[in-house]
Amino acid sequence: MEKEQMEQLCNSPTGEQIGDVMIVGGGISGIQASLDMAAAGFKVYLVERGPSIGGHMAQLDKTFPTNDCSM
Amino acid sequence: MSGEAGNFTVTLNKKPRYIIEEKCTGCTTCVEYCPVSYPDVFNQEISQNKAIHIYFSQAIPLITYIDQSCLYLKEKKCRICENVCENKAIDFHQVPEKMEVRVGAVILSAGLEPFDPKVREDYHYGEFQNVVSSMDYERLLSSTGAYGGEILRASDLKHPKNLAWIQCVGSRQINPQGANSYCSAVCCTYTQKQVILTKDHHPEAACTIFHNDVRSYGKDFERYYQRTENLAEVRFIRSYTSIVREDPVTKNVFVRYATADEGVKEEEFDMVVLSVGLNPPVNGSKLAQQFGIELNDHKFCKLDEVNPMVTNRPGVYVSGGFQGPVDIPESVFSASGAGSQCAEQLDYRRGKLTKERIYPEEKDVSQEDPKVGVFVCHCGANISAVVNVPDTVEFCKSLPNVVHAQNQVFSCATNSAKEITELAKEKGLNRVVVAACSPRTLEPLFRDTLREAGLNQYFLEMANIREHNSWVHSKEKEESTQKAQDIIRKSVARACHLEALREYDLPVNKAALVVGGGIAGMTCALSIAKQGHEVHLLEKTADLGGMAQKIHYTLEGLDVQTYLKDLIRQVYQHPAIHVYTEATILEATGYIGSFVTKVKSDRGVTEIKHGGAVIAIGANVYTPTEYLYGENERVMTHVELEAKIAQGDEKVLNSQSVVMIQCVGCRNEDRNYCSRICCSESVKNALLLKERNPQMDVTILFRDMRTYGFREDYYRAASEKDVKFIRFEPEDPPVVEPGTAEDGREVLKVTATDYILGKKLELDADVLALAAAVIPSEATKEIAGFFKVTLSPDGFFKEAHVKLRPVEFATDGVFLCGLAHYPKFIQETINQSYGAAGRILTLLSNDTVVASGSVCDVAEDKCISCGACITACTYGAIDFYETPAGRKARVNPVLCKGDGVCNTKCATGAIQLKHFTDTEILSEIDAAVGAW
Repeated sequence: MEKEQMEQLCNSPTGEQIGDVMIVGGGISGIQASLDMAAAGFKVYLVERGPSIGGHMAQLDKTFPTNDCSM
Repeated sequence: MSGEAGNFTVTLNKKPRYIIEEKCTGCTTCVEYCPVSYPDVFNQEISQNKAIHIYFSQAIPLITYIDQSCLYLKEKKCRICENVCENKAIDFHQVPEKMEVRVGAVILSAGLEPFDPKVREDYHYGEFQNVVSSMDYERLLSSTGAYGGEILRASDLKHPKNLAWIQCVGSRQINPQGANSYCSAVCCTYTQKQVILTKDHHPEAACTIFHNDVRSYGKDFERYYQRTENLAEVRFIRSYTSIVREDPVTKNVFVRYATADEGVKEEEFDMVVLSVGLNPPVNGSKLAQQFGIELNDHKFCKLDEVNPMVTNRPGVYVSGGFQGPVDIPESVFSASGAGSQCAEQLDYRRGKLTKERIYPEEKDVSQEDPKVGVFVCHCGANISAVVNVPDTVEFCKSLPNVVHAQNQVFSCATNSAKEITELAKEKGLNRVVVAACSPRTLEPLFRDTLREAGLNQYFLEMANIREHNSWVHSKEKEESTQKAQDIIRKSVARACHLEALREYDLPVNKAALVVGGGIAGMTCALSIAKQGHEVHLLEKTADLGGMAQKIHYTLEGLDVQTYLKDLIRQVYQHPAIHVYTEATILEATGYIGSFVTKVKSDRGVTEIKHGGAVIAIGANVYTPTEYLYGENERVMTHVELEAKIAQGDEKVLNSQSVVMIQCVGCRNEDRNYCSRICCSESVKNALLLKERNPQMDVTILFRDMRTYGFREDYYRAASEKDVKFIRFEPEDPPVVEPGTAEDGREVLKVTATDYILGKKLELDADVLALAAAVIPSEATKEIAGFFKVTLSPDGFFKEAHVKLRPVEFATDGVFLCGLAHYPKFIQETINQSYGAAGRILTLLSNDTVVASGSVCDVAEDKCISCGACITACTYGAIDFYETPAGRKARVNPVLCKGDGVCNTKCATGAIQLKHFTDTEILSEIDAAVGAW
């Protein structure tokens, strides 16, 4: 798709949102996928059902086998 | 979701927060005033929280939300929060908002859900107060947890001193009642972690783990298991258990178990932790329906047998826990892998919707006196439970040049970083000291904070008062506070001498080098090539294929050879992939963005220029010296057995009895690791043999059957087909001797102790298959030398960070995947190979990469051109140049890695490492000894 077309779509009067990829779930896997995709030049929508990203990993104290802080 | 790959429309329902996100500052005044207390979901409902609260202390976004327990939402009463919020951020008029988003692809990373032990009455979870789930226990261990980092019993809020863990709760159970037949793969090792952390909290605590097989099969897990086992008062007991009763007075819990030596026993514990397994995500079935994808029998995403990141619907990918029970590193690399495949699909629109981040213009503060701001982090309780933070803040204010000092609960939280930026602007700070943790993880974040404030990022100094202080001196609070202050004093002294440094934009060569032409290397090369990059693929032998050439089947039934042939065909047909066979590397130079590797191959000697490299050199199978291998033709490795099955070798297929011995050449002193795949490989061979010859006796002698994840189903299938599993201890391994069976045929006599029957067994084996270890490739060390990357203690390549950077090296621009990293299955290798492709693309898809400003520089007037620095530099970054004042050393800043070795060799102090100059370091030393 040409850049002009994309820009037109972004500014479409219907207020519709447009991105390259939607990532469903904001845990460690979703966050990593989002960061990689953004760094590689794509616009990402990260969708999380809870009030914060982080997922179950945020609930863990430390991680094995290094006992690094999970946060 | 509607539409098709490249053009999906997803309709979302955005739940109201009842907070105007832009207005909330996360000050939590509203939380104090909210009258509604309800169980805190984040803390597993052990402690209470308010109806309006921040989800957890490092939440992103770090703002409040209002829960359905709110009085106003339920009964239209209260609205106190609205009145106390100074920013008018509360908005009860918010309603669910429908949004439509158009995207080209979707990645489902819906995660996992811990098994809920309530569905099984026999665990008495929710009934006995001191029976907790392992997830509850995480929140007891955590400093931001239910009791602020204290492990307490719910019944009397006392520290438990005698704890038990019960393994496989909700996993490996065939009689479900809501439980799962598969193995959840992570519980054995997280239990070990919980035991180690419990002993950190209470060294005198007794910890007992009731387990089935101990499945610590990952990289460095075997050592971790030993570390746990060797702690005082830690017992691993192999037994099924039942929770019998609770003492009505003490609320202690009684567990019944049985051991071979002592029979059935009952024992009393202060607390019992249920090591719960992993369920599919709560809304997994609904998601599957909405996105039109299929699930497997266990309600996880149904995976393609070779590409576990694609679903049945083109354009919809899956990563992480939704693939099945996996640990964190796998969730991370399957995320990068799914990303890489999305990027293959969407390559045509790359960079068209993204915007570059713009920082405010950098202020020139070179003429100003130092104005230092110090931010002392509590790190939850990690620092503040040991160091007296308020006293330390006061101390900071007394230091020279400090114009501002304050505490922060988590300096790394979004609002804290914003606070630093704001204060730097407001108070005109030109140096910032963050007294918190090691710079290794968060220095980039705080540097970014300074850039946001219009300051050069090298004006940041981190004082490590956590790893260097509170974590190691948790018992000496006063001394630890003193030490924190000493560390900060040093940092402030150094900060005053810091200079603004410029970073370098290095051009990125768009080509990639992939070393190793097995499944890992080929998969990775294809994914990179499909995103428009040239790939040079090196293979040391004459043929592509690697270890997979010896593998015929997977446990799940994939025809490996057909798959491999197709993969090789794709590689050769791709115009952007250049294959070099019989390749050896002669020389590798350069740095991120522009490497030059000289290769000798079937194409002659070639100099390859590339921006990044992927190391995928695979691994080897151990050649056993045990159990008559190489001396008796009946003895073979499991890989050789598989080949004979595939060839239809009649001698093997017509055998009356096949015996397999596990852990040959690993989990011992020489190789202190588990080879991860051999248990499943033996089960695979056993099933193949039973299918070809159902009359055959197949016996597997094992230490722990580590058929983790969904492979457990095959282990069970083998048992059902009458494959015998006999456990042995490493101190009492099986003994193999040539002998004669009762019917007079020549066999191998395998003698082993059966711990269940409590006696020696003698087995006749027509074929003895040894599950030989996977060992690092002999080229590992050489390759490590070429690319300046490091190895783990077991001789495999060492990744930059086990969890967060599992497919890259600490050396910039070099990545890894496949067996070279650690033994793994084909599906896992493919996950990781796409992951490495995804990561290298984050480099190759940019035109430039930023190199550190902390590099060496020569003061030419002091240089006596002795050349000592040139000899010392391992990166070839220093050369002589002719100047009007004679020959002088000069540093090429893009080659310099900033290790400072040259500084120590320079006789006149002419060469200095920027950001670590003598002045900066000496000022720290002066401050340390009180001369400042």
